[in-house]
Amino acid sequence: MINFYEVVETNQMIEEENLDVRTITLGISLMDCIDSDLDRLNEKIYKKITTLAKDLVSTGEKIESEFGIPIVNKRISITPVALVGGSACKKPEDFVTIAETLDKAAKEVRVNFIGGYSAIVSKGMTKSDELLIRSIPMAMAKTERVCSSVNVGSTKTGIDMDAVRLCGEIVKETAEMTKDKDSIGCAKFVVLCNAPDDNPFMAGAFLGVTEGDAVINVGVSGPGVVKRAIEKCRGKGFQELCDTIKKTAFKVTRVGQLVAGEASKRLGIPFGIIDLSLAPTPAVGDSVAEILEEIGLERVGAPGTTAALAMLNDQVKKGGVMASSYVGGLSGAFIPVSEDQGMIDAVNAGSLCIEKLEAMTCVCSVGLDMIAIPGKTKATTISGIIADEMAIGMVNQKTTAVRVIPVVGKDVGDMAEFGGLLGYAPIMPVNEFDCSAFVNRKGRIPAPIHSFKN
Amino acid sequence: MKKCIITVVGKDSVGIIAKVCTYLAETNINILNISQTIVDGYFNMMAVADVENSKKELDIVAVELRDIGLQIGVNIHCQREEIFEKMHRL
Repeated sequence: MINFYEVVETNQMIEEENLDVRTITLGISLMDCIDSDLDRLNEKIYKKITTLAKDLVSTGEKIESEFGIPIVNKRISITPVALVGGSACKKPEDFVTIAETLDKAAKEVRVNFIGGYSAIVSKGMTKSDELLIRSIPMAMAKTERVCSSVNVGSTKTGIDMDAVRLCGEIVKETAEMTKDKDSIGCAKFVVLCNAPDDNPFMAGAFLGVTEGDAVINVGVSGPGVVKRAIEKCRGKGFQELCDTIKKTAFKVTRVGQLVAGEASKRLGIPFGIIDLSLAPTPAVGDSVAEILEEIGLERVGAPGTTAALAMLNDQVKKGGVMASSYVGGLSGAFIPVSEDQGMIDAVNAGSLCIEKLEAMTCVCSVGLDMIAIPGKTKATTISGIIADEMAIGMVNQKTTAVRVIPVVGKDVGDMAEFGGLLGYAPIMPVNEFDCSAFVNRKGRIPAPIHSFKN
Repeated sequence: MKKCIITVVGKDSVGIIAKVCTYLAETNINILNISQTIVDGYFNMMAVADVENSKKELDIVAVELRDIGLQIGVNIHCQREEIFEKMHRL
């Protein structure tokens, strides 16, 4: 029998420490919508999404009130659109019509983001991959809820540097086309290496071709809960600290598993995975940076940050993995800047720079995330940043990502405002030495030696 | 059996349990176990209830109980038991 203290502990986590289920993401395969006629393709996509996801939001809301746990986002991920639109789209504008259809469908079923306006080009680009990538700036400017991603490398294939070069230009163009809103288009576009097929988190969510027709993936969170739990470990050894993080991650993930099971049952859609991540929000007390500071750093970015993050990431996985039958997605600690008040404070205090963030991405679950940089940054420099981050992912056999926002008209010392969950960010300085001769080389970086495991 | 945990926390006053229990009775929700303490003038109550035959959907019950709490100045939560079971029991 559950006792009073256990009930109080759970409710305190929810009310005071921002425990929530971050997202229920419904993955929908659009493979059966493929058509050579663009209008018919759009019609089929709209119909499939609005039919399958009809009850997603209302079911999520019902689970929220029955269990008393907030489910912050209800979202949709779809088959990479470059595959779906391949036979119907002859020019970038054709792909944009699909983005508009996705936006309309998202609004109809009341989800706040739909991810999968994507291309997987780890080794090379098809004609339709390239058309889709070239349509991204216009698609991001014309739509509100569509998220886009391009996977430009993997441990098995190496890095497609032609795609990396193109993505640098696309980031710049997207920034320019959404310059009236602090280049917010770039906040919905991410470049990935080793992108997982079942990631429920935006902006990198898409439903890979390895997946079934429809699937429920759930992302849990709870940086605030971990922070509060380890406050009790001040001055204690690593063993006690690690145990506390593991126990907390276990509890958080069990809630996610419960919600995922309920959602799957009620919607009649199979459960895929739990993504056990510490995903911060701009709210005070919902920050990964604050956890690292509680572990013993004056500010994130201080020496010791990478080690503390490596330990945190590992303990979150170890604790969470036993709480769920299927773990997948990105799973680990996220370190976005604009979405984490502690990170923003560290940048403002001069403690955190892009180079340190890059080092941190070697040991956490994603990459350079939601970082605002000067609008004058060259496309080749952005490609260089992307290439560095992709190399970390490729060599370390992990997912890495780049979501940088070159805010048009702003420079170091200014602030970019994105609003809502995307938060705000101080513009961070970028190393301005040139790398264009490197980026402009054609072809791809070969896969590393340790990828040959056959 | 479908069980719910109802918790009431707030400043003590006359008739808190009466209000909650009247609502539960009207909704055909059976209380299985109830405990209550007062710490420093603060009222803490937890009840385990059987909601199998409830006349209303659980999300409605949760909202209506919360509203009753607002009227009498206490926080009332009504949550499915599983969330606590899953979190605290292997």
